[in-house]
Amino acid sequence: MKTPIVTDTTLRDGSHAVSHSFTPEFVGQIVNRLAEAKVPVIEVSHGSGLGGSTIQQGFSTHDEWLLIEQAVANKKGSKVASLFVPGIGTRPEILKAAEYGVDILRVAVHCTEADVSQQYFEQAKKSGLGTVGFLMMSHTQPPEALAKQAKLMESYGADCVYVVDSAGALVPESVRERVSALKDALSINVGFHAHNNLGLAIGNTVAALEAGADQIDGTLRGLGAGVGNAPTEVLVAVLNKMKIDTGINLTILMDTAEELVAPVFQYPNVIDRDNLASGYAGVYNSFLLHVREAAAHFNINPVAIIEELGRRGAVAGQEDWILDVALELQQKELVK
Amino acid sequence: MDKIKVAILGSGNIGTDLMYKILKTDGAMELALMAGIDPESEGLKRAEELNIPTTAEGIEGVLNTEGIRIVFDATSAKAHIAHAPRLKEAGIIAVDLTPAAVGPYVVPAINLGDHLELDNVNMISCSGQATTPLVCAVNRIAPVKYSEIIATISSVSVGPGTRQNLDEFTMTTANACQKIGGAETARAIPVINSAEPPIMMNNTVYAVLQEETDEAAVVASINEVVAEVQRYVPGYRLKGKPYIDVRHTPWGELPTVIIMNEVEGAGDFFPNYAGNLDIMTAAAQQVGEQFASHLLKKGGVIA
Repeated sequence: MKTPIVTDTTLRDGSHAVSHSFTPEFVGQIVNRLAEAKVPVIEVSHGSGLGGSTIQQGFSTHDEWLLIEQAVANKKGSKVASLFVPGIGTRPEILKAAEYGVDILRVAVHCTEADVSQQYFEQAKKSGLGTVGFLMMSHTQPPEALAKQAKLMESYGADCVYVVDSAGALVPESVRERVSALKDALSINVGFHAHNNLGLAIGNTVAALEAGADQIDGTLRGLGAGVGNAPTEVLVAVLNKMKIDTGINLTILMDTAEELVAPVFQYPNVIDRDNLASGYAGVYNSFLLHVREAAAHFNINPVAIIEELGRRGAVAGQEDWILDVALELQQKELVK
Repeated sequence: MDKIKVAILGSGNIGTDLMYKILKTDGAMELALMAGIDPESEGLKRAEELNIPTTAEGIEGVLNTEGIRIVFDATSAKAHIAHAPRLKEAGIIAVDLTPAAVGPYVVPAINLGDHLELDNVNMISCSGQATTPLVCAVNRIAPVKYSEIIATISSVSVGPGTRQNLDEFTMTTANACQKIGGAETARAIPVINSAEPPIMMNNTVYAVLQEETDEAAVVASINEVVAEVQRYVPGYRLKGKPYIDVRHTPWGELPTVIIMNEVEGAGDFFPNYAGNLDIMTAAAQQVGEQFASHLLKKGGVIA
C-alpha cells in the first residue's frame, strides 16, 4: 500500500467542537508541534471555511486571519491549507489567503453541486494555490454520481478530490466503493475525510487506503465537528502497525493530543445518543451544538430535531433549518 | 383601453415564465414581442403557439420593432451591458433581470415609486427580492447594524448562469440588503439543496439591532411588508412568527431579529417549488406594470 499524504485538520474541523474559539497563541503552538512531527498538511480556518464567522455558522472569537498568520509563521516544512465553501467564502478571501501564505485551498461543496466550484478553483490556481475538492455528505450519492462530480472538479483544476463523510454515515464497504469509483474516474489524487459517528473513523480510513486513497485526514484526539474525526495520532499508530511509514513522529502527536488538545475539549467526544442519531440519520456533524442549543431553548428532544433534518435532506450550511424544525416540533407539541 | 407595448428579450426559462405572467394579467402592458437568439428555443416556440410576435434576432429584433416602450432583459449580465446603451438611445425603458445592475436596484414593495422616471432599473437577484423587504421592515423600526440572510434554493431551480457566477449572486444580494434594506453591514449566503422532491425556496433573515426595541412593532412592520410583497407574489409568506433573540456577536450581546420566509411559485411555467424564479418574474412584471401605468398617465391617458 502506498504512503498517503496526511492532513491534520484539528485547527479547522476542531473549530466546530470549540464553537470557533481558537486563539492565535493556541494555533501557533499546535502548528509548531504538527510541523515538528512532520505532518505534511495542516488545515486552519473557521470550521465552515474562510469567512465562516457568521450568525448562521457561529462567530469566531478571534479573527481567522490572525490564526492563519500564526499558522504560516510556525509551519516550517509543512503546508497550510484552508477550507473554502462557495457562498460562505467569496473570491476576495482566496486572494487574501494567498497573500497570507496559505499553500492549499480545499473547496467544499455539497456532493451534487460541484459545478458551483469552477470560479473558485480557477481563482485558487491563478493565485498559485494547491487545490483540493471536498465532496461533502458523500453518503447521500452513489459512487458513480460522486465520480461524475469529482470529474468536474478535476476539469476545473483540482489536484485532489476527497470523499467526505460529513455525517459519519458510511461503513467500510460504502467507503471502498466510493473511493474506487473516484480512483477509476480521475487521474489526480483521491482523498477520504472521516467522522466517527458509527465508531468507524479509523476503520473507514483504512478501507479508503485499501481502495487506493492517496490522501487522508485526521484531527488530534479526534477534535472535530460532532463526535469528531479519525484521531491523527491513532491513525499514524495504525499506519505504523500496517508497515506504512508516513515519516510522521508519533510521540510528538501523542504528547500534543494529550497535553495541548485534550484540555480544550468543551464536551466529551463519545458516541452518545445525539452523535449516533446524526450518523444513523445522515445529518451533517457541524449541526450538533446548534441542535443542542435549539433543543434546550425550545425544550425538545435533540434526536427528534436530528431525525427531521435527516428526513428533509438538510445539507451543509443549513443551520437555519434547525430553528425551523425546532419551531415546527414545538408547535406540534403545543397542538397535542 | 390603451396599453404600453413591451418586449421580452431572452427566451430562456425566466423570459418564458414572465411571458405567461404578462399574458394572464389584463393590465397596462401588451406583450408585443418575444425576442431570443435561438429560433429553436422552447420559449420562442411557446410564444409562437400563443400568437405572440417573435424574433430570433435578439436586440436587433427589438430595435427593429415599432412602438416598444419597455424591454424586460432576461439574457445575461454581459449581454445586458451591451444592450443597455442601445435601449437608452432608442428611448426604451429597460427592466434588467440580469446581475448587470446598470441601473439602480428596485424592489416593488420598497422603492419602485422613486425610480419611475428612470430608463433602466435592476431586479437584483431572487434572494434580494425576497429578503431586502424583510430587512427594510426591521430597519424602519430599529436600525439594523448587521443583516445576514440565508437563501436556500432547490438544486434543480439553479441555472448554469448562477452556478458559474455564485460570487456575483452573493455579493449583489448582500449589497442590496445594505442599499435597499438599510442595514449598516450585510452578508448573504446562498445554499443549494438537492433533496428530492425539490424543496421550496426558503430564506432566513437575521437582523442584528443596535439596541433593544419593541418586538411587537417590528413584527407588525414585517407583516405589513409581507402583505405588500404578496400583492405581486402571492406565494410569499412567513414561516412561523418572527422573534427577537439575544445573540453573541462581534459587537457584544445584541438583540437579533430572526425571520423565516418561504416563497411558493405560482406555477406559470416553473414548478411551484421554484419560488426563487417566480419572485424574479413576478417582481419584474410588477415593475413593468407600474412603469406602463406611469407612461399612460404621463401621456394624458387614464389607465
